[in-house]
Amino acid sequence: MQNEEICLMKGNEAIAHAAVRYGVDGYFGYPITPQSEILETLEALMPWQTTGMVVLQAESEVAAINMVYGGASTGKAVMTSSSSPGVSLKQEGISYIAAGELPALIINCMRGGPGLGTIQPSQADYFQAVKGGGHGDYRLIVLAPASVQEMADFVGLGFDLAFKYRNPVMMLADGVVGQMMEKVVLPPARPRRTDAEIAEQCPWAVTGRRKGEAPHVMTTLELDPQKMELNNLRLQQTYRRIAENEVRFEEFMTDDAEWLVVAFGCVARICQKAIEEARANGVKVGLLRPITLWPFPEKEIARLSRQVKGILVVELNAGQMIEDVRLSLDERVPVRHFGRTGGIVMDPDEVSVALTSLINEINL
Amino acid sequence: MKEEIIIAGFGGQGVLSMGKILAYAGLMDNLEVTWMPSYGPEQRGGTANVTVILSDAPISSPVLRTYDTAVLLNQQSLDKFESRIKPGGTLIYDTYSIHHRPTRTDITLVPVDAMEATFELGNSKAYNMVLLGALIKVRPLVGVEAVMRGLKKTLPERHHHLLPLNKEAILKGMTLPKE
Amino acid sequence: MTPEQLAKIKAEGTVVAAKPRLLNDNTMHYCPGCSHGVVHKLVAEVIDEMDAENIAIGIAPVGCAVMAYNYIDVDWIEAAHGRAPAVATAVKRLNPSRLVFTYQGDGDLAAIGTAETLHAANRGENIAIIFINNGIYGMTGGQMAPTTLEGMVTATTPYGRDVELNGYPLNITPLLAQLPGTAYVTRQSVDTAAAVRKAKKAIRKAFENSLKGLGTSVVEVVSTCSSGWKLSPAKSNEWMRENMLTLYPLGDLKDAAKDLPKNK
Repeated sequence: MQNEEICLMKGNEAIAHAAVRYGVDGYFGYPITPQSEILETLEALMPWQTTGMVVLQAESEVAAINMVYGGASTGKAVMTSSSSPGVSLKQEGISYIAAGELPALIINCMRGGPGLGTIQPSQADYFQAVKGGGHGDYRLIVLAPASVQEMADFVGLGFDLAFKYRNPVMMLADGVVGQMMEKVVLPPARPRRTDAEIAEQCPWAVTGRRKGEAPHVMTTLELDPQKMELNNLRLQQTYRRIAENEVRFEEFMTDDAEWLVVAFGCVARICQKAIEEARANGVKVGLLRPITLWPFPEKEIARLSRQVKGILVVELNAGQMIEDVRLSLDERVPVRHFGRTGGIVMDPDEVSVALTSLINEINL
Repeated sequence: MKEEIIIAGFGGQGVLSMGKILAYAGLMDNLEVTWMPSYGPEQRGGTANVTVILSDAPISSPVLRTYDTAVLLNQQSLDKFESRIKPGGTLIYDTYSIHHRPTRTDITLVPVDAMEATFELGNSKAYNMVLLGALIKVRPLVGVEAVMRGLKKTLPERHHHLLPLNKEAILKGMTLPKE
Repeated sequence: MTPEQLAKIKAEGTVVAAKPRLLNDNTMHYCPGCSHGVVHKLVAEVIDEMDAENIAIGIAPVGCAVMAYNYIDVDWIEAAHGRAPAVATAVKRLNPSRLVFTYQGDGDLAAIGTAETLHAANRGENIAIIFINNGIYGMTGGQMAPTTLEGMVTATTPYGRDVELNGYPLNITPLLAQLPGTAYVTRQSVDTAAAVRKAKKAIRKAFENSLKGLGTSVVEVVSTCSSGWKLSPAKSNEWMRENMLTLYPLGDLKDAAKDLPKNK
């Protein structure tokens, strides 16, 4: 396996290659469009012959996420991927993984819903990912890739964060970044951790009772309300640490911006093109792209709300992230939404029109 | 340099792989590239299209409304995309399957009889390579050698003996556009 | 018996029979007459006798045995309802040297977790499945289980299980025996001393199969639920023998260990 390879590949394929190179121990998944290339590529790469990585096509999304729960309980770096309806099925398991304080990577390559919906791209699972789609008070670290390069890079970043905080990470991608091909520099290959390294890194892992130690039990059940509240408080403490340290975002031409566009994932790039055109016409527009959807870049939105005259939130949904933008404002600037749903991806011209109508509304 | 290209036709005409080889050729020439396909059931029997962007600077949107260049292989694609070519842009279309000809006067129209040329080559699978040849003749974004290196990357090793055939098709395609 | 009384007896050295070393002193929550306690004891004994305490990983279910990890001092993972075989699949595949077993009730294994059970067994995962079949949901208060007998009264079949309404009792173990992935499928009980001895041998074989990588082993234990059945412990055993064992007869359904090639 070569290091630092420049390739042209789909986002889904990049995830598979990055996983093998990162030294992931196991992938468990079930086919669903538009992300089946992840499992297909892994099966074709046969990493069990090279790194020893386990790849398994499970009987369902439900089984797959519970395999992740089991594997993560033993301290292994394990992941799954799916698309919207499949991720709904995984929610119970995700709640267990969060409650168990287990590191894991879950990829949602979003498609349009609700219901069986469409196989075309969407960002309509923002609420589900960011607000906790399963039961209980828990949070996922949510990473939103906007390019094939980020699809590859966020595998490693996702696992690093998951193990650092013992918390599941979701990569919230979509059909555009999953299906498109771009240039990508694959991360250097490294070996999987040895069992001894895992034992040292994960003293909590369930790997068979260690000599001289009490048994390790991975359970999310606690019938004593006092203890259960303490468990919750510990989780909340972790979430506060994550919120303080792990906010990630990208700004584009915000320094002198009078208007702000907030968008994530592929939509941020569509907006960027609209902003390039607006700038060419002398309109001072900037872009904030949250890279972590949770924790959300609240401070940056607050700061920019003191600077701009209006904010346009652009999403492939009927208005989800806009709620977090509004909650983050420091000044009561007008916040408008432009979205397409049902699998339709807006083009840059549509964003320009929405931007113009926001500017006209406020300036006139 | 930045070129925004749409290639559209029937599923099975090699639209997606033509785009892929073009993107690979761009990669070989150290360009930034994006390849964004239509995906899903529409690939099977219906229409298929792919947006390819080649640029010497990082590319923002992989999704576009308008294009510099269009390669359109059937009537539905012409009807859908003719109006979305930027003024001054280029439209390459196959005269074999497009009967209601384009009417734009503010773009360069390049009719090519790619199907006929493919029949002459005696290899129906070379159709998309003939068109790729026509494209790089009219819009010299990448050289023939870069395309051949891209092709070598995309073709599995067991099909490498087909490389000369493909080159022949590309060269043939380059002779089709009339000056 | 209080812990103090226990300590006193131990100190006096008058012990004639002791519980297994890996069964701890926590007071079990199981009802008097319940089979779980006996099966827990056997699991603890077998792991100890195999000297496998450092490599055993148990997967606990949702149901009465949800807190099995409180009683047997090995490493455990508590699974979501029905998902123990999926959890076990990943644990074993990622840690092939480990002895991996699930411990599941009839609702967990044959209702909500049927898909996971069948597919883990069909893949021939090198895990052991201990299946406690008492024909009723004990933990939630005595509702119908997939294995509830025809005519049997439960909280959700107050007039008896009507097959027209509720379907037939699901005899899942013979189904599992048909799958090429299973190495050893057996049905046992723990209602007599002799039965307990046989059940222990079965559990040992299943655990050894996990380590040898022979495929999936299933040990069904036809069990009693005196609370759910609303019978005394002694009557429960009688009722089980008279009624349960007709549909769920004891004995080995499959032992392919000798013929089955190493598949992993």
